[in-house]
Amino acid sequence: MTPPSLVDRHIGFIHALRQAGLPVSLAEGLDAANALTVIDLAERETLREAYAATLVKRRTHRPGFDALFDLWFPPVVSGSYDSYGSREDAAPDEDKGNLGIDLERAELPELRDRLAELLMGDPGDPAFREFARAMVGRFGRVQAAAGRQSWFSYAVLRALSPDTLVARLLDRTLEARGGLPEKVARQQIRRNIAAFQEAVASDVRRRIAEESGIEKIARTTVKPPIDKIDFLRVTHAELAQLRREVHPLARRLATRLTIKHKLGHRGRLDFRRTVRASLSTGGVPLTTRLRPKRPHKPELVVLCDASDSVATFSHFTLLLTFALREQFTKVRAFAFVDVVDEITKLFSPGADVLDVISRMAKEADIIRFGRTNYGQVFERFAERYPDAIGPKTSLLILGDARSNYQAPAVDTLKRLAGEARHAYWLNPEPRRQWDTGDSVAMAYGAVVPMYECRNVAQLAEFIETLA
Amino acid sequence: MWFASPDEVRERLTAVDYLADDGISTSVFLAGALGKPLLTEGPAGVGKTQLAKAVAEATGARLIRLQCYEGLDEARALYEWNYKKQLLRIQADDDAWDDIFSEEFLLERPLLKAIRSDEPTVLLIDETDKADVEVEGLLLEILSDYQITIPELGTISAARKPYVVLTSNATRELSEALKRRCLYLHLDYPTPERERDIVLAQVPGLPGSIAEQLARTVATLRGLELKKSPSIAETIDWAHTLLALGRTELDEAAIGETLGVVLKHNSDQVRAAKELGLPARS
Ligand SMILES: Nc1ncnc2c1ncn2[C@@H]1O[C@H](COP(=O)(O)OP(=O)(O)O)[C@@H](O)[C@H]1O
Ligand SMILES: [Mg+2]
Repeated sequence: MTPPSLVDRHIGFIHALRQAGLPVSLAEGLDAANALTVIDLAERETLREAYAATLVKRRTHRPGFDALFDLWFPPVVSGSYDSYGSREDAAPDEDKGNLGIDLERAELPELRDRLAELLMGDPGDPAFREFARAMVGRFGRVQAAAGRQSWFSYAVLRALSPDTLVARLLDRTLEARGGLPEKVARQQIRRNIAAFQEAVASDVRRRIAEESGIEKIARTTVKPPIDKIDFLRVTHAELAQLRREVHPLARRLATRLTIKHKLGHRGRLDFRRTVRASLSTGGVPLTTRLRPKRPHKPELVVLCDASDSVATFSHFTLLLTFALREQFTKVRAFAFVDVVDEITKLFSPGADVLDVISRMAKEADIIRFGRTNYGQVFERFAERYPDAIGPKTSLLILGDARSNYQAPAVDTLKRLAGEARHAYWLNPEPRRQWDTGDSVAMAYGAVVPMYECRNVAQLAEFIETLA
Repeated sequence: MWFASPDEVRERLTAVDYLADDGISTSVFLAGALGKPLLTEGPAGVGKTQLAKAVAEATGARLIRLQCYEGLDEARALYEWNYKKQLLRIQADDDAWDDIFSEEFLLERPLLKAIRSDEPTVLLIDETDKADVEVEGLLLEILSDYQITIPELGTISAARKPYVVLTSNATRELSEALKRRCLYLHLDYPTPERERDIVLAQVPGLPGSIAEQLARTVATLRGLELKKSPSIAETIDWAHTLLALGRTELDEAAIGETLGVVLKHNSDQVRAAKELGLPARS
């Protein structure tokens, strides 16, 4: 393969970004091209950041961008993998950091020693990535199918087994185990192991791209950005990351619900007009300035489905509720599966949200038979908490509207919603699945406006529609 | 020309104690070279505002700041007529009607001031996400053609384009149109290595070993899912506090005593003490 020209590369790269879901506009593509004319193209990190500054306008798109950049603008080009670091690689003096070890011939114990050393240092050190590349060259090539070989991360990680170095590293850094020093050291080691894994994965992708073409690997490289990950399909590792996304949104939702009630919001503008008008009456203001009314804090009632079918979703709804609790003077929160219980008291100010979620599972009385029963829940709710909803209340329902073929009690919900000032329903299922099987989404949606809310991006959109 | 290269950005910002990485130096360079506004987004206390100040200081430019807030409107952002003065003039002279919408009665607000400035100017539009959405429309207009029309006075064009930095704490998404108009720089909590260097630059006299321990401990705290993760600003406060207390090591006792400097919420302190195995505090 002849290396593509810069123009081809530029166009191919932008095309790949779009395919991966980055909304790169024509104007932004031009900005990037302009940027290329004023920077030193030989400086790879400058090139990366120039593309990022002109094309990547959301933090959540950055990881995918970086993976694609590494494919289109690889740090090294393999000539012969076998003579690592001697002549063919792009940067002539890049193996300085690993001087003294022949990465190509050294025995495993020696390589593990070197890895241990690197894991104690700064993963930004060029020697770190260089070592990862060399290890992929040595251990990453695996029989993929009969007669076909390919590159794999797992083979490298199995050979070097960084995880089994942790104990050794801790012993080396710490005088004694335990307490804060160990926590801090572990954090550092964990971060560096993750950086090593990522460096290996990146080089594996580069080598596959060299052998089978960039486009092929590019398509499978980029995971959806975190705000597009389905609430119902979140992995454990993504949970913590997602929690961080939800918190500011809840704050925003609270402001939105509050702003809706504000009057005289543009008070200052009226003032200007008043004064101008007064000029025509010789400076006598005929109308007085209206002060903006104090935003009055509405009450919020949250009803959330805590059944297993929406376990990860309800994790978010609780988080949302928790954050809303800090913003509203009066929030009452209720959780349900087939019976409903008030969980407001768990959300006391200053409580820890993860504690609350685990306490709720133990303390709240929300399950009798274990299958969600919306109809029964609405009826019980109306009976047990007749004064929960008043004319100032915003009612927020969170759930998938799957009622296990029980009577839905739509009229009861209609009455509850009618008593509230506003009512909204957020459903974590894709709209096309509404009303399939035991879903009564459309019937409920007819009495309470229902929004598809499958990911953080949609939650953000919902909040913006409230403006 | 604001800067000759990303390397020069790095050098000149370092000279005013602001440490730039590749992302910062490249985007700051490009904003000058391409004449585009730079939008920096990220959590509170990671150096967004300081970056604009550092650019102004490093280049000897004038800094004009528009602080955004809910309810900010044109009268505060752009210009306003000085009605008191206008009233006085009218009361003194009934025939002054034609005069009172002139330069003399104009109150310049930051955006107009920056457009009219004829010396090199850094315009900092701070915490843009706090303003209402309509303000974004206004900004977009001004950042597109760098001119302002005042009906009574006519159109005023920028004598020289200011260097514009917008910041946002990302409490909401800014509009796509505004983002497309800007270069984008996401600032986040730094790596411990970088944070150590930042703290050393900001807190003269701090021993390197403490800076190192601080940076690593703060990184650990950020891993804990707190209500409010400590920012660089808080790491710096922490360093000042330890220095003032004459501490030479960041051991558990020192941390227990000063944790309130970095963690402002009581529940965060409790959580951190529990997770890190610190002696409980009352
Ligand atoms: N890269 C950096 N170099 C030097 N100091 C920094 C850097 N980043 C942040 N700081 C310090 O952190 C403090 C907080 O930064 P600030 O700009 O106020 O945060 P933000 O505007 O992002 O909320 C500043 O006072 C500055 O001293
Ligand atoms: Mg700031």
